[in-house]
Amino acid sequence: MRPFSYTRASSAAEAARAAAEQPGARFLAGGTNLLDLMKLEIEHPAHVIDIGRLPLGDIAPAEGGLRIGAMATASEVAADARVRRDYPVLAQALLASGSPQLRNKATTGGNLIQRTRCPYFYDTAKPCNKREPGAGCAALGGLGRMSAILGWSEACIATHPSDMAVALSALDAVVETVTPDGGARAIPIDELHRLPGEHPEHETNLRPGELITAVILPPPPKGRQGYRKVRDRAAYAGGLASVAVAGDALALGCVALKPWRARRAEAALKAGAPPLAAADVELADAKGHGGADFKIHLTRRLITAALLERGA
Amino acid sequence: MATPPAGAPSVSIRLTVNGTSRALDLDVRTTLLDALRERLNLKGAKKGCDHGQCGACTVLVNGLRINACLSLAVMHDGDEVTTIEGIGLPDNLAPLQRAFLDRDAFQCGYCTPGQICSAAGLLDEAVRGWPSAATGDLTAPVTLTDAEIRERMSGNICRCSAYPQILDAIRDVAGPAS
Amino acid sequence: MSTTLEDYAAPNPISRNRSGIIGRAVDRYEGPLKVTGTAPYAYEVATPAPPIYGVVIGAEIATGRVSGVDDAAARASPGVHLVWHAFDPPSGQAETGARSYVGSQAAAKPVFATPDIAFFGQPVAFVAADTLENAQAAADLIRVRYEATPGEFVFDPAKAEPVPNDEARTGDFEAAFERAPVQLDLTYTTPIQNHCQMEPCATTAWWEGDELVVHTSVQMLKPPQHLLAETLQIHRSKVRVLSRYIGGGFGGKGSTYEDLELAALAARDLQAPVKIALTRQQMFLATVHRPATVQRVRLGADRAGRLSAFALQATTHCAKHSPFIERAANFSRALYAAPNRLTGHFLQRVDFPVASAMRAPGEASGMLSLECAMDELAELLGLDPIELRIRNEPDAHPETGAPHSARQLVECMTDGAKRFGWDKRNPRPGQVRNGEWLVGMGMAAAIRGNFLLPAKAAIRVESDGRVIVRQGMTDIGTGSYTIIAQITAETMGVPLEQVVVEIGDSGFAPAPGSGGQFGAASAGSAVYETGMVMRKTLAGMAAGDPASPLYGAPVEEIDFRDGLITASNKSETLASLVSRLAPAGVEVEGDSMPVAASRSFSQHAYGAHFVEVGVNIVSGEVRLRRMLGAFACGRILNAKTARSQITGGMIWGVGAALSESNAIDPRYGSLINQDLGGYLAPVHADIVDLDAYFLPEVDDKANPLGIKGVGEVGICGAGAAVANAVYNACGARIRDYPITPDKVLPFLPELV
Repeated sequence: MRPFSYTRASSAAEAARAAAEQPGARFLAGGTNLLDLMKLEIEHPAHVIDIGRLPLGDIAPAEGGLRIGAMATASEVAADARVRRDYPVLAQALLASGSPQLRNKATTGGNLIQRTRCPYFYDTAKPCNKREPGAGCAALGGLGRMSAILGWSEACIATHPSDMAVALSALDAVVETVTPDGGARAIPIDELHRLPGEHPEHETNLRPGELITAVILPPPPKGRQGYRKVRDRAAYAGGLASVAVAGDALALGCVALKPWRARRAEAALKAGAPPLAAADVELADAKGHGGADFKIHLTRRLITAALLERGA
Repeated sequence: MATPPAGAPSVSIRLTVNGTSRALDLDVRTTLLDALRERLNLKGAKKGCDHGQCGACTVLVNGLRINACLSLAVMHDGDEVTTIEGIGLPDNLAPLQRAFLDRDAFQCGYCTPGQICSAAGLLDEAVRGWPSAATGDLTAPVTLTDAEIRERMSGNICRCSAYPQILDAIRDVAGPAS
Repeated sequence: MSTTLEDYAAPNPISRNRSGIIGRAVDRYEGPLKVTGTAPYAYEVATPAPPIYGVVIGAEIATGRVSGVDDAAARASPGVHLVWHAFDPPSGQAETGARSYVGSQAAAKPVFATPDIAFFGQPVAFVAADTLENAQAAADLIRVRYEATPGEFVFDPAKAEPVPNDEARTGDFEAAFERAPVQLDLTYTTPIQNHCQMEPCATTAWWEGDELVVHTSVQMLKPPQHLLAETLQIHRSKVRVLSRYIGGGFGGKGSTYEDLELAALAARDLQAPVKIALTRQQMFLATVHRPATVQRVRLGADRAGRLSAFALQATTHCAKHSPFIERAANFSRALYAAPNRLTGHFLQRVDFPVASAMRAPGEASGMLSLECAMDELAELLGLDPIELRIRNEPDAHPETGAPHSARQLVECMTDGAKRFGWDKRNPRPGQVRNGEWLVGMGMAAAIRGNFLLPAKAAIRVESDGRVIVRQGMTDIGTGSYTIIAQITAETMGVPLEQVVVEIGDSGFAPAPGSGGQFGAASAGSAVYETGMVMRKTLAGMAAGDPASPLYGAPVEEIDFRDGLITASNKSETLASLVSRLAPAGVEVEGDSMPVAASRSFSQHAYGAHFVEVGVNIVSGEVRLRRMLGAFACGRILNAKTARSQITGGMIWGVGAALSESNAIDPRYGSLINQDLGGYLAPVHADIVDLDAYFLPEVDDKANPLGIKGVGEVGICGAGAAVANAVYNACGARIRDYPITPDKVLPFLPELV
């Protein structure tokens, strides 16, 4: 790791202000993603602002739903009785991710802004537009089985690794932030992450210094909820594809650089399409670049199975 | 990007490690794992991957198991850390350690401290009623079935693959599933 | 010393096993240290002064040369002690390949001797600093410039060449195959696999005057000792290599890497202890791997399933600069009867990292093809796969005609089938469903050659009666410490608690180390022989000492049991004898040499795997439901550690079948999976209800202990049993490992 200055933030607003004032600053919460990347010299912040002890870990009822503090760990959220009862899709998604040790450390805010696990992003000897804008994308034409099938661009075919965000997408969650000027924003989960386009280095719509303080869950949706993740080994592995169902909502994971709300499929279902047809509508534009071609077929089956189970 | 500060800032922290308060001046970049191993001479926590992908570095911080490799020591100023040495030593083995020995739940031994710390964390998490991906009914109380133990131990890779024996050892300490 | 097969077969303390220590499920000797984290591995040993930390930097191209290194920033970085690379290499190294000392088992391997780059990740620079943090930060400041040249980065069997003097033919395979009423011609592929030992390779080195002390993580002690002597140009008597605790080897630590030389050289330069560990990424990129294979199996049989023609030809790859052949066909020469046979290997030299031995080299890959092909043949013939194998069970080695030493393959299959409930298997695939899961069973045979290498040992009896055994042996998790203690205790007739085992030191009587499933037999036989020398020595002392109650007893009638040396009704303790006659202790050395006649027998460990898997009908995920292995491996020294070796191997087979895979990106010549998040070794959740057991057996042609190796036979065939179970579950014959959901999906029915 390169040397960095370390400060412990005393409030969220102060952290945001400090981050905005110091270019090259990064928030450090659980550290499970940032330190991984710093050791590999993929991230090299000049300033590390430790937000780990900010009192942002509460999980509390809010407007008929639930407000999950950004510092609540994955374990805490998954263990919360209200989450388990009212938002099982979220608990399941969290429990399908990482390992118990990682979940005891990884925070809700950090989970949202974690970076891709694309092997070419991780190998600093390879060109990657995320690491070095304009360098090119080694994953295109590469060996990846995990690359995107939806929403990719010629600049980047990586996927977003979060399971939690897929559940949040299906739940229509809203991300609450504090901005460097001390204001607050509420960002619908589907507007938090960006698709790669020409600039895969811009991963979220957060502004410089803006800090996630909470995730707001609306009142629980009516109907079945569930999260299913497919992977090469039974645990502790990135997904090949995943699907979250929450009432009428459907979201996909491991298919794009953001959690993928399957609105086309939802609309088709509303219009009376059978599950398989709805899946096909959603995946009409999907492309797998060789190694990930199978993910189209796999995702189609996942959507279909989820809808059949839901009794659509 | 701004120029990073020259040199490595040093920080003073205090950790309570295995019940003893320890003051440390260290390079801010020092991970909790390296602080334990290289500064406090507690080499029980192992470095298998240094990236949270193997679990060999598992220690308990304020009672919860974490990967010590993915934490800066400075993040833990004031925290209570329990390492394998704090669980038990050769002349005074803890029940989990005894069970690992009895069941031959290790071979090369390198992942073993992490497995045992992780198992200790698992037992506590089960008492707290925390669910896992193996939990069928998320609203029901947690029962430590074999599937639950396997799922909950999956953050600890054992390349010698003593998994069946590790399950037996944890079962010995956890008691029967019902 | 045993010099004939009659000696092997004669009753001895091990076969008599009067204390019952042999075979007992004894706890691991070093277990209390390992479960408390107090066993010091190579990076963790206490150093005589604070250590300097070294960090290795790997090449970012696969072929070409380093054209320059900008190291000024690194040198100026805080705490940095030295920076080395091809343009500023360590001094005092011999030239590559030099052998200056008579009897060296290794040649000089200087670091950074050339700017040439032979593979991606090859070490190209080194930094040493006062702390790990400073060393890592400085390493990041080094800018290596490269001149890349084109390389061969595609494993293409069409470009492989036959391995010279390798092909084995019996009869006329081609003619017999053509005539065979039933023919199968199938091709299987296996990918690159990585060892993933949990402990990365590491070395801590310091100098004590002109003597170099090196703690490193290796399977064999002599090669690194000699390599360092030659490289540093000092006599090997001045190099002490220690490897007391080793966090897994699996073949990958049968080689050494630059951490070894760099630590020794830097410690010499800096006059301080230096320690270096490779990173996990470097373990993937800059050590060794099991190469990929493409295997063609041809089976010609009659309608009754008797093989008339058998061929297995395996193509593999190795690094251009480091020849290695994954002999995936060799095992098959001994497995099934067929009068007309063809086996052989083809090799392509490519610009990949170095291919080398990984747990059961040869069998682990090769059995993934043949044992599935046998399943396919059984199905074609409507035969049970066990019955097919029984019909092709040879009376003697099918090629050489050598008699079997001890072969219970059929018994493993039939007994294992009973315990597993094989009769519940529906031979038609895709018939058993449990919720979302299609359930199937599969089986496969296991075979792994057995070997014995020369070894020595030293035993010392102290005046307090402790029996100390010292040997230049290693324990990579295999249980060497424990079985050495057991053999010593039973041979010397003392309780286990009286035995002290010291291994992992090149200064001790040499043993071949751990590898090729030869460790326990080779080291253990030497310990036994040395124990017999000690018995003779002590018996002579007692019989000749008027102060001994055994005075005048015929030496051949003196016995050792219950911690006593006895004859007729008289006895004394070892402590009383030794303290009286040799207060400084009695030490003897002994050795074991393979008996030539032993090799005229076909010697293998055998087993049979039984697997039940579920295939998810939605996702194509394959999950183990249960697995049982039945094995016959000669006498078992320790029921507990032997079972662990076997189940560990079986789990490796599950990983090979379902998730473990690596590949070279042909554009860059580098491995795609460089960490444990990308390369998927099995985790706890993957392994459900898995067990193994041994059939009673003694192999009195193998060695004086009657034992055979158990470290590798567990993986042999295990993955094939999984693959066969996948087929039985869902009808998917996947001949391209691993069997991941993408490959299973096309075989699954549409969801409606």
